[in-house]
Amino acid sequence: MGAHLELRNLVKQYPGHTALAGLSLGIREGEFFALLGPSGCGKTTTLRLIAGFEQPTSGEILLRGARLDPLPPYQRNVSTVFQSYALFPHLTVRENIEFGLRYRNGQAARRAVDECVEMLGLGDKLGRYPRQLSGGEKQRVALARSLVLRPDVLLLDEPLSALDPNLRKQVRGELRALQRRVGITFVFVTHDKEEALSLADRIALLRGGRCEQLGTPQDLYLRPRTRFAASFLGPVNWIGDVGLRPEATLVQAAPPPGSPALAARVRAALFLGNCLHVEAEVEGGWRVLAEVSRFNGSYEPGQPVYVTWRPEDEIRVRE
Amino acid sequence: MKDRLRTLALAPAAALLAATVGFPFLILAAYAFLSRGAYGGVMPPWTLENWQRFADPLYAGILARSFLVAAVSTALCLVLGFPLALLLARAGRWKNLLLALVMLPFWTSLLVRTYAWMFLLRDTGLVNTILLRAGLTSEPLPLLYNWGAVVLGLVYAHLPFMVLPLYAALERQEPHLLEAAADLGAREWQAFWRVTLPLAAPGIRAGVLLVFIPCLGAFLIPDLLGGGKTILAGTLIQNQFTASRDWPFGSAVSLALMAAVLALLWLEVRRRKEPLL
Repeated sequence: MGAHLELRNLVKQYPGHTALAGLSLGIREGEFFALLGPSGCGKTTTLRLIAGFEQPTSGEILLRGARLDPLPPYQRNVSTVFQSYALFPHLTVRENIEFGLRYRNGQAARRAVDECVEMLGLGDKLGRYPRQLSGGEKQRVALARSLVLRPDVLLLDEPLSALDPNLRKQVRGELRALQRRVGITFVFVTHDKEEALSLADRIALLRGGRCEQLGTPQDLYLRPRTRFAASFLGPVNWIGDVGLRPEATLVQAAPPPGSPALAARVRAALFLGNCLHVEAEVEGGWRVLAEVSRFNGSYEPGQPVYVTWRPEDEIRVRE
Repeated sequence: MKDRLRTLALAPAAALLAATVGFPFLILAAYAFLSRGAYGGVMPPWTLENWQRFADPLYAGILARSFLVAAVSTALCLVLGFPLALLLARAGRWKNLLLALVMLPFWTSLLVRTYAWMFLLRDTGLVNTILLRAGLTSEPLPLLYNWGAVVLGLVYAHLPFMVLPLYAALERQEPHLLEAAADLGAREWQAFWRVTLPLAAPGIRAGVLLVFIPCLGAFLIPDLLGGGKTILAGTLIQNQFTASRDWPFGSAVSLALMAAVLALLWLEVRRRKEPLL
């Protein structure tokens, strides 16, 4: 296994519930990795185990092939950006950023401060206290505070959730660019599929303390292996065992030759500006939602149509 | 309208303070510069003689000792109170029960509690009886009527006033801050030193003031547990108004203590102008 950070059969039990039930994952060096899942799936626990704030009940964590789990957090070369940022309120931005340098060797670290401050645009904020900063600025300070230590892995707990919704898309782009620039392995936890799909090189979808599926965003969205994975990553129309994304579901007046097609009736059509949502009922009672281009014409309730798709767009799950 | 309402609402308290603090303070200030009456009370002429007596090593010594005892008691309260406050702040669901225990002594009068200490510490008291019976000592240990007993009593009585503001400051701290410190490489004691302690500073300052000021003027505890051998400022003042019948000097000592306390408060207020959090 060439994994940079490897989780082997991690189990974490709390009195009365099991947060992780044997999680195994390999994370590659320099990748932007997402731990995605609903609340209670164990994603935050996984992050806390890697950081060392909690000890696994059983299992191992390896960084560059060496055991990480026996080390206390202050000896692990990983760093966390907390959801609340956890900036030290009694210290200025500069003192926050320099907090960890005391435990590292000097000269290189000093230069890292200037670099990080410049990279994150904090030059004019160094004398301020955390309470004088906006949410986005706090996050940049938290990032700088961790990045100056040049960690092998940067852990981010729901990095966008504390931000204003308007700011999120912008910060998403900045975070992606920052990770590319520093080349450090980023592992982030999110419950938001869109965040995971847009940010990550690879995603581990967690469910019930296990890894449901590990793959690229394309793998998870286009080739989910379970019904849960298919539904968690986006809406799906189920026609028997076949799953179809709404944008891959086509509604046509005549059946195209060579493609699967089912006779259906339009139930409703919604105009959403950039597209139409057509709801149709296939013979046999399956209801499907098709997201179609607004250039495809208009649909009236009760109109007979054919629901069709390209065979390669079918989602086939194991269950 | 709002201003008038506020003035109206504050008026009773202001009047009460003026009558019970302001007016007696003026009397005290006047007495401190008058001469001593033959059977107590004061009489003319105006004089500075009462203040010149602070140069007397006897009285200067008593004031210095009062400061020392108050400072030692405050320091002990801080050293004992900090771990207790930390425990309380991190006690989870036991928090309220433990807090109630800290405040439990307030349900009994200080006088009763101080007598209880005398009962414990005297030669025929509980501690000495047990030690004698157990054969750990052949004669009773001198536990009462000394400086140790006075400091013990002061620390005991004022510990809650240290613990509560410390607890309030510690309890406010975001728990993730310590994890962040560890994450950035700080060991437990380093995190304590660089995060927990500085963030508790407002609580420490409040606790120190709340303990030091009453300790400085304490009368009951030094009098009962010190047994008259350990004269502190409080006892000195009391003596001037009773046995010595020297009201002007008693007033001067009172004012001197008050001035010292106000000077401390002033220093504290000046500090507060710096950014705290």
